[in-house]
This record gives sequence, C-alpha cells and structure tokens, in this order.
Amino acid sequence: MTPLLARAHAHTLLEQMLLVRLFEEKAAECYMAGSIRGFLHVAIGQEAVAVGALQAVGSEDRIVSAYREHAHALVRGMTPTAVMAEMFGKVTGCCRGHGGSMHLFDASRRFYGGTAIVAGGIPLAVGLALADRLRHAPHVTCCLFGDGAVAEGEFHESLNLAALWKLPVLFLCENNFYAMGTALERHQSMPRIHLKGMAYGIESAVVDGMDVLAVEMATRLAMEIVRSTSEPYLLEARTYRFRAHSMYDPELYRPKEEVTRWRQRDPLATFPRQLLEWGLLDDAEWQAMRERAQAVVDAAVAEAEAADEEPVESLLTGVYAEKEAACPS
Amino acid sequence: MPQLSYREAVRQALREALATDDRVFLMGEDVGLYGGAYACSKSLLEEFGPERIRDAPLSESAFVGAGVGAALAGMRPIVEIMTINFALLALDQIVNNAATLRHMSGGQVSVPLVIRMATGAGRQVAAQHSHSLEVWFAHVPGLKVLAPATPQDARWMLPAALADPDPVVIVEHAILYSREEEVAESADGFAAWRAAIRREGSDVSLITSGGSLGKCLTAAESLAADGISAEVVDVRCLRPLDAETIIASVAKTRRAVIVDEGWQTYGLAAEIAAVIGGRLFGKLAAPVARVCTAEVPIPYAKHLEDAALPSVERIIFACR
Repeated sequence: MTPLLARAHAHTLLEQMLLVRLFEEKAAECYMAGSIRGFLHVAIGQEAVAVGALQAVGSEDRIVSAYREHAHALVRGMTPTAVMAEMFGKVTGCCRGHGGSMHLFDASRRFYGGTAIVAGGIPLAVGLALADRLRHAPHVTCCLFGDGAVAEGEFHESLNLAALWKLPVLFLCENNFYAMGTALERHQSMPRIHLKGMAYGIESAVVDGMDVLAVEMATRLAMEIVRSTSEPYLLEARTYRFRAHSMYDPELYRPKEEVTRWRQRDPLATFPRQLLEWGLLDDAEWQAMRERAQAVVDAAVAEAEAADEEPVESLLTGVYAEKEAACPS
Repeated sequence: MPQLSYREAVRQALREALATDDRVFLMGEDVGLYGGAYACSKSLLEEFGPERIRDAPLSESAFVGAGVGAALAGMRPIVEIMTINFALLALDQIVNNAATLRHMSGGQVSVPLVIRMATGAGRQVAAQHSHSLEVWFAHVPGLKVLAPATPQDARWMLPAALADPDPVVIVEHAILYSREEEVAESADGFAAWRAAIRREGSDVSLITSGGSLGKCLTAAESLAADGISAEVVDVRCLRPLDAETIIASVAKTRRAVIVDEGWQTYGLAAEIAAVIGGRLFGKLAAPVARVCTAEVPIPYAKHLEDAALPSVERIIFACR
C-alpha cells in the first residue's frame, strides 16, 4: 500500500539522508588522508533520525546538538562547504576553523552547537527555551543528545527544570545503544530511556530511528505537543551507528553480528527500496540523486581544500567582543 | 551621598537593572521567596514577579547553563550562585560553555551573562563554604571577573557587567554584605574594569582585592604610625587584570606585598608577582612578598580559621 506521501517530500528526505551519508563517508576519507584532524565522529547509519526529526523543526525554532552533529547541521541547511571547511580548519568554515567537527554553529539558522561535553548542551537548550518563554515567543528548542548523555546529571537537572518551569523543549535522545564503547545496559540501571521522562512528569515516546517516516511523524507530533502546551517532551529514537565511535576504534565492545544485523536496516537501503516499490522513485532518479549529492560533496571538499586559513596574527581575537585579547599582562 | 550597606547596594543595582531592562531576570537558589541567602534580592519577588525573579532548584549546572542559553538568545540573565564553593557544580557550564562559545563559534554568538556568587571565609562555616576560588574563573580566557570590595563597587559594577557583551563573574565576599559606606547616586566617572588606589603611599604597595581590602587599610594605618607609608591597591577586576595601575604603584614604591584570601600556590598573588617581576625586574628594593591563606582547607574552629587567613599582623610583618 502506498502511504500518503508526496513524491517531492519523499525525495527531499532521501536526498538529505544521501547527502549526509556521502558527506560523512567523504569526511572519513579526508580524515584518513590527513586533511581533517582531531576527533571525527560520523553518524553513518543514524541518518533517518536527523533527517526525519528536523523536518518538524521550524526555521524560528532552535536547535542544540552534541558532538556527532554533522547530520543535524547539514539538514538544518548549513552548507556542506561551510561544514567541510570547518573540519579542514579553514577560515571559510562555519566557525572560522575554531570549532572543528564537534563544534558546528550557525546562529543565523538558530543552530547553537555542537557541544562536545556529553550533556553539556542540554542546560543551554533549557535556557534558550526560557528566553522564548519570557518573551512569549512561540518557538520550540529541539535538544539532541545521545544515550550516553542520559547518565549525566545535567540531563536529569535539565529535565526537571524544563518541566518545573514549563519550558518548550523537545528533548530528543538519539539512542544508538553505545556511549562510546559502553553499551546502554552497561551504564543504565533502567535502559528504556523514554520512560525516564515519567520521573519528571514529562510526556515521552519511543520511535524506530531507522525509519525516517516514523521519526518525522513522531517528531511532528512531539513538536506540536510542546508548542501547544509549552511543556517539554522526551522522544527517544532508537538507531545504530555502523562505524566506529571515532575514527580509530577496534570495536572490541560489540559483536560483529550485531553490526551486521543492524546494517540490514540501513535507511539508505530500506528507504529507497520502499520508494521504488511504492512507485515514488525510479532507478534513473535514484541514480541522478546520487550523482548530484556526490558532486555537492566533492565540490565542498575542493572548496575546503582551496580555502584560506585564518591568519595566525588574529589568534587572540574573538575571545571577547573587543578585537584585542583582554588580558595583556 | 547616601550611606548604603554592601547588601543594599547589590539590591539597588539589581532593582535598577530589572526596572530599566526587560531582558534582565534573576535566577538562583532562594533568590525569590527567601529573599536571597544573603538577602540581596529581598522584596524583589514582590516587585518584579516570579517570571523575572526565579527560584531555582538545587541544580547549579542546569540553572547556570540555562543562564548561558538565555543569554545566547539575547536575554541578560543574572544568575546567583549561593557560594563560590557551589559554583564548582556548574564549572562545566561556566568554563566549557559560557567562556568558549563566542570564540568556538567563530564569533557568531555572545553570552552576555552575569553570575554573582558569594566568596570567602571568616564566618566559621568551614571548608565547604569558605574557599576563595575566584582565580579558578580568572584563569579562563572568555570570562571576566570582578571583585567588588566596597558598597560603591557592589552598586556600580553590576550595571557595568550587565552592559558587557561577555560573561562576567562577580565575586562578593560574604563578610562585606553588612559593611556600610557612602555610595554615589550615579555611575559618572565609575571605572569598573580598573584597579584603584585606595590609599596613597610611597614605601610599599599593598596589592589586594575583595575581603582583604579592609585588612590592608588597617595595616596601612598601623604602618603609618611607624613611619612606613603603604599604598593600597585594590585590584577590583581580576580578569582582565589592570597591570598598568599595579606596575605604576610598584614602580613608585619599589616594594610589593600581595594580600589574597586565596591559597598562595598558583594563586592571584602568584600571577601578580609574576607580572611585577616581569616588568620591574632589577628595579625592586625587595623580593615580592605574598600574604595568602594557609595551605589547608579552611577549618571550622575560630582560632584555627583566624590562623589560616591573612591577618593584619601578617600583612604588617610582611611590610617591615
């Protein structure tokens, strides 16, 4: 049966997932080649969460993310060039090369990082929502974090505060079942994350994070609840990362069969297959889509490679609002 | 000029900020109904209501982080942390977020946040309520740190901090809240970010801040009776440090004694001594001396607490 899914929208979802996938595959290549350094955490396998969820987040709404956030940044509309150049450490990067992979920001798109301290962004989301509440603005802050963050006090303090003060935050846990190398059941006494909302009187749900349509629907519903009640909501999307935690990782902490099993549900395989079945996509379109996305990613790399670096002379600028460093002593 | 207590000075500054800028709100533990642990926000709840005077749960990390987030969104939050000791529970938000976001985002965002906290010892509340940890914050690029030592500074540093586009930590020494002094009715000529000469002298520079200022002035008075003319420099702003005022004073007196209620090791006095040594090497008449808190957690018993803290006697001894 064909669902009520517009062809154009289906293509948008697929194109966004594809762009994210190809972008991250290319980023991993660039990392191996040495043009990206530091930490690089790809979310390959998790694309359906970012793409599904962010369809429901309006341009006036706000987003706070964590450190595995390339997908969130790209789906939010940050250009592949700005993100790639950031990871190349170039001045044309979204943060002038100051942040790198884990700290992507775009204030114009209300995208407030890119926080690499696990759970450290969650209180920020509460504060952004508090500002909107104090101004009687109708916006919602969508706060993305992983299952690892659930172990941090900041997660619990923030849920309590948001519920207590009735703040419009969608807490969206992207549960890929591993906090780096520690499996969920090895760090949570009660591993059903969405149920933790109950302790704070927060309504919650769990959704299949490998199904982009399910994620989109669940997030739309959740956003609507937050917007209409001005109360927080906790949505858990269950997903899986196919690659290592970071670039180097012998994956001693999970069985190969588990990875293989989850790979059967790769949204970049299952979703186009569904669309082909439903007659919402044909092979030629799919092929063209892939070529277009690859060209965009390749162009982003070429532009990042060609871009200038921030001059070392400006090392001390940008720490404070003033041009010069404020500590001359 | 009216006579105000330090506490009333803080309250007036808060009230003015709330009345004149609707982006300003106050949040922290017991700032509302209770009136503030040190009564600085007494009666503000009645005046401004619970939306702008927000009693927060005991969640320093969450409500300080919420202050950072609200500042990102253009508000001007004032977050009160009951004491600097509790601020350690929010270090992640202050150091990893408030201080970094402007730079890490390539200048896209700013965090116009003011965090007030009580600091210091002298009230027999022992090691977990008495430490002077302001240099922990002064160590961090991206933060500014003000240490008002007088009611006048308590009154006028707050609006200066609120006008600043970057995060400012204000440390208020708990022993000062009941001190009274004349306070100017306007900020005309007020320089929040500079050190101040509190007493002029020619033989030795006593360089201090916050709760130790009174001890230094007392010591200077006593030294004067013995014919030693001590200049007292109140650092006031720990970051950015006003090295010029300090250097000018020591260049004149050629002797420096630094008095700080923090521990000596890696402390404010160490930083100032290094600045003096770097700029005035060869011009000093004596090695830079430091009078700091003994290297122990602050003890409860009065005689032990007194022995741990910088005292007028130790300051005088260091100046002779």
